[in-house]
Amino acid sequence: MFRRPNYVWLSLILLLGLIVFNLPSQSGAHLKLALGGLFLPLFGLSGATQNLVQLGTGAFESRRGLQQQIERLNQENQQLRLQVLQDQGIWQENVQLRQLLGWQRNGRWKLKSARVVSRDPSNWWRGLQLDVGSRDGVRKDLPVITSEGLVGRVVDAGYSHCQVALVGDPNCRVSALVAETQDNGIIAPGSAGVLDPLLVYLTYLPNNNHVKPGQAVVTSGLGGVFPKGIPIGQIVFADSVGHGLYAEARVKLAANLSHLEYVTVILP
Amino acid sequence: MSGLTAISLLLGAYLAVFLESSCQWVRHALGAQIDLLPCLAVYAGCRTDLWTLVALALFGGLSFDAMTANPLGVSTVPLFLIGFGTYRYRDKILREQVFAQAMLGIGACAFAPLLTLGLMLVSGAQPVYGWGTAWQILVMAVGGLATPFCFRLFNHFNHAFAYPVAAESSFRPDREIKRGKS
Repeated sequence: MFRRPNYVWLSLILLLGLIVFNLPSQSGAHLKLALGGLFLPLFGLSGATQNLVQLGTGAFESRRGLQQQIERLNQENQQLRLQVLQDQGIWQENVQLRQLLGWQRNGRWKLKSARVVSRDPSNWWRGLQLDVGSRDGVRKDLPVITSEGLVGRVVDAGYSHCQVALVGDPNCRVSALVAETQDNGIIAPGSAGVLDPLLVYLTYLPNNNHVKPGQAVVTSGLGGVFPKGIPIGQIVFADSVGHGLYAEARVKLAANLSHLEYVTVILP
Repeated sequence: MSGLTAISLLLGAYLAVFLESSCQWVRHALGAQIDLLPCLAVYAGCRTDLWTLVALALFGGLSFDAMTANPLGVSTVPLFLIGFGTYRYRDKILREQVFAQAMLGIGACAFAPLLTLGLMLVSGAQPVYGWGTAWQILVMAVGGLATPFCFRLFNHFNHAFAYPVAAESSFRPDREIKRGKS
């Protein structure tokens, strides 16, 4: 039935699989980054092609449309400038009050924009790859955000690319709090998020919580990875679980993780 | 088996992993991403030798794992087992029939994620799974319908680049009927 060479091949593959499978996590991560680097030329090529197509379609946009766009952007720019002015005042006040109380001064975020080059092709994980790496100052455990809210954290950084675990992935658990009630919990993946990546669970909430649908969930700042106050999402459903030991809530994420093109990494 | 087939299969695996990472419309439409590597493993099992099969399982599996959060090497074993199983019984399979190719592909595309998930759970990894996973595996199994297309594509590719088969003459000197007096 089975000839000798077949046995040899089967044993060889199983042995090799076991060896690679049991590599130390550091070596495994390095090997993964090196293998992932093989695909960078193709991702670069596809990005350049997309840019060319966008440029090509942009060339045919009407003058009237462009003028309307400029007008809209000017208005938005004006509003944002006013908001920045207002925020600067609040920032100064915050710094002065912190000095008076002897609290540690909050630093401003250093931000690095990045393009999403690929997504995790498997169905069991929520992850993506960015076109920034250690050459841009990106390293492991840095938070990744968009203007809508939290996206995830960097889990591995190569020289020119990095892997990000999205919120809802088992490798990205976030300490969070409900802004209105100040109830603390942990953002973790759940079975509801298998088909809808925008649904995650806020678990280990205290039993005597006052969590209601519609309330905002933000990062708590505990754990040292994510700064405090980054929007995560909104409560859609809350229930008591774990034989009544703690409560759990479903959260709809603020950032649309299914259609990300550009994200921002918060540098240290 | 020519080296061209092996190279074209490895190139196919490379492109398959790239497409799965960059094209998301199937995932957006159906809630799951399809995997083309089991289809290639079926083709390799039906048409190539063990060397090519091992190379495909190693390169395809490791490349796929490198792009995901899977433990490295977890995808190589299902790919090799699919290819090896097909290789063992390829003489008993109607491998030129489109229906047989499609059925093999569907079976392989359902078996690969199940075994990968099982291996990950055994190894202590914590993938995201639940009742929705059954739907995802169904979608992935339907992705096995791409197997006959893989057969056609690689057959065309090999015919285009391989030397044409020399036509054999039906004349055999030892069977020549010699007339007249000898």
